[in-house]
Amino acid sequence: MRNPPLLALIITGFAVSAAAPYLYRLLKARFVWFGAAFPLTLFTVFMLRYPQVASGVPVRERWSWVPSLGLDLSFVLDGLSLTFVMLVTLIGAAVFLYASVYLRHYEEADRFFGFIGMFMTSMLGVVLADNMLLLFLFWELTSISSFLLIGFNHHVPSSRASALKALLVTGAGGLALLAGMLLLGNVTGSFELSSLYAMNDLIISHRLYPAIVALILVGAFTKSAQFPFHFWLPDAMAAPSPVSAYLHSATMVKAGIYLIARFNHEIGGTVLWQDTILVAGATTMIFAGLLSYRQNDLKRLLAYSTLSVLGTLVMLLGIGSKLAIKAFFIYLIAHSLYKGTLFLVAGTLDHETGTRDVGKLGGLFRAMPVTAVTAALASFSMMGVIPLIGFIGKETLYKAVLDVQPWGMLLIVLAVASSAFLVVVTLLVGFRPFLGKPRPELQKVHEAPIAMLVGPFILAISGLLLGLFPDFFVGRLLEESAVSILSQRLGIEIELWHGFNLVLLLSFVTLLAGVGLYLLRPFVLSRMEPLHLPGLVKPSIWYEEALAGMLRFATWLTSALQNGDLRRYLAVIILSALIPASLMLFSSGGFSVTLPADLSVTPYEVALALIIVLATALLLTSDSRLKAIVSMGVLGFGVGMIFIIYGAPDVALTTFAIETLNVILFVLVLAHLPKFTSRSRTTGRIRDGLIAASAGIFMTLTVLQVTSTALSSRLKEYFASASLPDGHGRNVVNVILVDFRAFDTLGEITVLAIAAIGVFALLKLRTGKTD
Amino acid sequence: MTLLLALITGLFYAAGIYLILRRSLVKVIFGIMFLGHAANMLIFSTGRLTKGAPAFVPEGAQALAEPFADPLPQALILTAIVIGFGLQAFAIVLFRRSFEELGTDDVDAMRTTDRIEGGDA
Repeated sequence: MRNPPLLALIITGFAVSAAAPYLYRLLKARFVWFGAAFPLTLFTVFMLRYPQVASGVPVRERWSWVPSLGLDLSFVLDGLSLTFVMLVTLIGAAVFLYASVYLRHYEEADRFFGFIGMFMTSMLGVVLADNMLLLFLFWELTSISSFLLIGFNHHVPSSRASALKALLVTGAGGLALLAGMLLLGNVTGSFELSSLYAMNDLIISHRLYPAIVALILVGAFTKSAQFPFHFWLPDAMAAPSPVSAYLHSATMVKAGIYLIARFNHEIGGTVLWQDTILVAGATTMIFAGLLSYRQNDLKRLLAYSTLSVLGTLVMLLGIGSKLAIKAFFIYLIAHSLYKGTLFLVAGTLDHETGTRDVGKLGGLFRAMPVTAVTAALASFSMMGVIPLIGFIGKETLYKAVLDVQPWGMLLIVLAVASSAFLVVVTLLVGFRPFLGKPRPELQKVHEAPIAMLVGPFILAISGLLLGLFPDFFVGRLLEESAVSILSQRLGIEIELWHGFNLVLLLSFVTLLAGVGLYLLRPFVLSRMEPLHLPGLVKPSIWYEEALAGMLRFATWLTSALQNGDLRRYLAVIILSALIPASLMLFSSGGFSVTLPADLSVTPYEVALALIIVLATALLLTSDSRLKAIVSMGVLGFGVGMIFIIYGAPDVALTTFAIETLNVILFVLVLAHLPKFTSRSRTTGRIRDGLIAASAGIFMTLTVLQVTSTALSSRLKEYFASASLPDGHGRNVVNVILVDFRAFDTLGEITVLAIAAIGVFALLKLRTGKTD
Repeated sequence: MTLLLALITGLFYAAGIYLILRRSLVKVIFGIMFLGHAANMLIFSTGRLTKGAPAFVPEGAQALAEPFADPLPQALILTAIVIGFGLQAFAIVLFRRSFEELGTDDVDAMRTTDRIEGGDA
């Protein structure tokens, strides 16, 4: 059987996600099995490609989409992509299964599955896309689905605020990423990542290189919650637990890390790139570890430990040695498995006991044995206890860090310290709720339904299997991922046991330190209670200030511009048209007023102009409506006379007719009109007068400027010669109206008809009132 | 005369803009009329003036011979005048109706729809 194209899988994914809410409503309780089948099917289909990818031949596909923008539907499935695809679909299956029970009592559970399906598919898109713009598209879709899922409990205000925070931070990062990608595309002339693969020299020697690195890293750091953009992740815990397990620990927050790994070969290899990543990662690692220490909420504990691990992963990419890439790869898989499990366990505890406060939980082993075993397995992996995959991850991490010159010693201290904090978190989340004496208030607690147990248990068992047989399961993928990141194979086998050495010693030190910190925790926390960090050092305060400032500015700007004062709107519109236009007119090439060559005037022209000026003056100063209407009529007839003098009799006739109609119309409604009243203050009049006068002067100068050059109009010649032969009319103006531009005239008639309907409606229709 | 027309165009624009900035709606309608005249004058004068030579093809001739007035601006103005009349007629009636319904012709009194919360307006 031929493998289905990757594009078809993505499209199917979106289609099924769109249908999921309806299916949920249709299937009700039976949805459980369908929900898990969806990611599992995707997993199986992708696994069909495993042999090809493992043999070192990536799957490549390309469809043209918007060639003018360089946007193609191009996909690549190599070792790195496949690793992520496996994590996304496998953990997805566990989460779907779990959520369909967990959310049973939520009113809007149906849409949840639409959102999370959309997320899963977009995440697959991110790791499969070869075109940078396509990658960006999926990247933004993951941000949007994250927003929808964090704000799933949208009736809770803090939930909405957290969702907005996550969206704004990752959205701003997304924009930076797009800008970086566009620069990169301009420098290299291609948006295909695979074609940038060999252009590293060109890119890093370009003068825009630092900007590209900065922009792309801002995108990656916001998504993966690196310091100082980390603050949105703990707040994202407002989402239901399956979301935290899936998006905010196992998959989406790793998109930034994926991005760094994916771009590493293309734009990496420089001191700027490696050191920025290294420092950001190490800072996040230790900083988040410290912050996790004083948390009491199960999910926030896990969130800070996730931050710490994300920092570690970024740091490993920054180190960039073969050993570091190996550690990165193993740590990545290990973390997704155990952290996904622990979040689901936290959700189960919350679901069954109604609290997530570690101080209120204890002695649940008897009531929830399966959950307890699952939690213990995942916790051992997270603590780095042999023989789970977390152990290999930590061993390799220490080995890679020890090799770093010249900062290896400092980094190893930081790494051990933050791992010790992870041990504390593990003890608090994975063991403490289950051990100790059963609490009286938790007597009625019982084990969760089976669908909520299967998923986490399988993930936890996978951590054990991967630890026992690492080379068998992920050895090939590691080699092929290394090709994508470093363009070389590692040639290092993954083994569980390395013998007694310094690294093993460090593992023991970590465990001991962790247990020590755990025992000291009540004492330290009671001492820390009165201490408060000043707001200045908290990036979340910067965010809140920036957001509040933006809203204040928007309110001020809106009330300044959009305050309901129609006349101010007009003045703003007129001035903002007038000022730039005047600047253009007067600044380009030194403006000089050119008077027309022919200044001669006849007496009747002067008289006509005088009549017009007088009528205008009369109208402006008139305090009587009738006088104003008469002035307007006189003025209109004066304009008509001008048309007669300058060879436009048709225009003149129309003007006379229309002016007459206008006067009649005005007089007809006159009885209903209010008297002229002077309302404005003198200052207002002067201000408006100045605006009006400048506009008038500008228009006069424009006319003079335009008419100072000769006009050669091909249309004039054309109409003059074509009127009689083609239009069969001697009056050229008429021929233009009814023949050459007949559609214009039709449109004009339509406008008049609409105006007539409007007039009729205004005069005749009455609603809600009877007269 | 081009100079004179340029001045009249400017005068019309100035008068029109001054009037549409008034509070009384009747004056605003006069302002709209002024702007209509102003636009027509602008098209007319920038299309260049030709005195006393309408664009009529004389009997016996197949085409026009210079000098003759450019027919295109005239055609545009004709359209503009008629559309302008539609607009003015509608504006007059709309004004009458709004005066009936609202009992005011003061633009400043018609500002309740755009207020925002927290704004100073």
